[in-house]
Amino acid sequence: MFTNFTGTENYIASIELREAVNVALALERPLLIKGEPGTGKTLLAEAVRDALKRPLHTWHVKSTSRAQDGLYVYDAVQRLHDSRFGDKDVGDIRQYIRFGALGQAFVNEEESIVLIDEIDKADLEFPNDLLHELDKMAFTVLETGDNHVAQHRPLVIITSNNEKELPDAFLRRCIFHFIAFPDEDLMADIVRVHHPKVKQTLIDEAIARFYWLRNIPDLRKAPSTSELIDWISALIKGGVTEDELAHRVPFLGTLLKKEQDLDTLERFKNRRGRM
Amino acid sequence: MSAAIPSPPQAGRLFLEFFYLVRSVGIPASSREWLMFSEALEKGLVAADLYRFYAIARATLVKSEQHYDLFDQCFTHYFAGADKPRAFQKALDQWLQTPIEMPQLSEDQLALLEKHDLETLQKMFEERLAEQNERHDGGNKWIGTGGTSPFGHGGQNPAGIRVGGAGGGRSAVQIAAKRRFRSYRNDLVLDTRQIGMALRKLRRLGREGARTEIDIDETISATAKNAGDLDICFAPPRENRLKVCLLMDVGGSMDPFARLVSQLFSAAHQATHFREFHSFYFHNCIYEEVYRHAHLKDGMSTVELMRWLQPETRLIVVGDAHMAPYELVSVYGAIDYWHQNETSGLDWLKRLDGHFNKCAWLNPIQKRYWGHPTIRMVSEVFPMHELTLKGLEGAISDLH
Repeated sequence: MFTNFTGTENYIASIELREAVNVALALERPLLIKGEPGTGKTLLAEAVRDALKRPLHTWHVKSTSRAQDGLYVYDAVQRLHDSRFGDKDVGDIRQYIRFGALGQAFVNEEESIVLIDEIDKADLEFPNDLLHELDKMAFTVLETGDNHVAQHRPLVIITSNNEKELPDAFLRRCIFHFIAFPDEDLMADIVRVHHPKVKQTLIDEAIARFYWLRNIPDLRKAPSTSELIDWISALIKGGVTEDELAHRVPFLGTLLKKEQDLDTLERFKNRRGRM
Repeated sequence: MSAAIPSPPQAGRLFLEFFYLVRSVGIPASSREWLMFSEALEKGLVAADLYRFYAIARATLVKSEQHYDLFDQCFTHYFAGADKPRAFQKALDQWLQTPIEMPQLSEDQLALLEKHDLETLQKMFEERLAEQNERHDGGNKWIGTGGTSPFGHGGQNPAGIRVGGAGGGRSAVQIAAKRRFRSYRNDLVLDTRQIGMALRKLRRLGREGARTEIDIDETISATAKNAGDLDICFAPPRENRLKVCLLMDVGGSMDPFARLVSQLFSAAHQATHFREFHSFYFHNCIYEEVYRHAHLKDGMSTVELMRWLQPETRLIVVGDAHMAPYELVSVYGAIDYWHQNETSGLDWLKRLDGHFNKCAWLNPIQKRYWGHPTIRMVSEVFPMHELTLKGLEGAISDLH
């Protein structure tokens, strides 16, 4: 039987997403997750960690990240420094090799999960530089000549915000899933997970308001799931009732983050003559 | 194995045909995707559930949300189409319940996969699609009534979590038929975010400016030269060095596209990753003056513009290039009667093209209407692309 991921108490996954995770687990291929910001791409890795009870190694990619950094970094400056001031044995290079998230997962003997977060932030060539390591799940430390081969192929979850197109060769090796923005029913389930004690009528009204806002044309930045959850927290703390919600949108700042969007909302309301 | 279970070649052909359909509509699924897909089937991941089959097929065959919509259409067409004999459907159903080995492709077959004639497939697909349109209704009905068909029990949720819609099971085909991913297609016109994202691809990184980052390689070599005495060197951080100039046609024949162009403009303006970004307007064609303001005020001479902006600045022109031929090629041909241009518009365009190293022209008019003489002439000077996400990507690769 296969390891079967079905979401967790705190993370609600659609059938398509669950199947994508299961295929990635069964075929031992990297899973590439794309989607709008705030749809829970990064949280997925944590949910899989909790569901499968496997350690998670996270690698937050930055615009300056190099593929090599995920495997290991050779701290030459520290070694130079030690050679001059330190009392360590600088002949032992291994103590200056620091493994990155991917390197750790390959070196460790237990089954694990690697999250490569926001791979599209890095340079265009970055994904290509990882091809070999993701295929073979092995790497060599050039400085010492040590060859590390993963005992168990870790589940590699890669997220992308779509800032850059990923190379075809890279895509071909991945299982792909795009997290669509949740519809109202799924959203209600998600909100329930985060606010289990809140009155259903308030949640329904808040969600209706939220989708009304999201559907206003020309918004520069439509509010996302995480913003809805924060907004509902604010509503609860502020003691706002569902009746009030029908007339106005309190704490608008938690949902709309751009000045132009507030203007757009005003214009939209004026055009409609009501809210 | 009972006689009712399709023999491996039959089941294989079924999926292979689906795979080719997916390819024929332009989803770039290669033999690697096919192998991954068949591996998943072989491992018995699908069980007896068409919705799971849909999810797994999509996760392994499709690598971009831009193709989700096409995939959904293929899926609907192939698995709900009235032109599929019912026996075939039954065979699929049984196969899904008792997955058996996928047929192994020989090397020749694999090679064939890579160079299959797309045109024939395209034609086949179009013929089928025509058929499908006529008989679409019947096909859907068939799903509705067939209680034992595979479409009845797709979409159940083992964990009891609703996924949109009513609590009951939705069949994979119905879900596919909803075309939820229509808005992610890249040949449709774009929104600001998408344009912004496309423009980000223009990013060019280079090192320039203040030395704030430690340069390891340089430090090591300097230290070595210094007889092992630590000598730390710094380098400037990597930054985007790209300069962009946007020239936009306003008014007249461009009015229908005003919204689209303003979206492009706001996306480009928001893009904070250019080192310099300038925008100018013109009306109809570029002559000796361009304007900083959309109402054609606050002018700047085109000669001045070229003196001011270095050739490495990327020039993007947005316009329909649709005008009377004399407005483009004649001296004094400008559209406004008070405007006495001594150099023809076409010559001005050629000068701009000569000055800037990399240029691109984005045209909001669909490509199939580009037969118009002035559009043809302009596209001989500037590489011209449609103002769609796909076109923009083409333009950006020209500008790289």
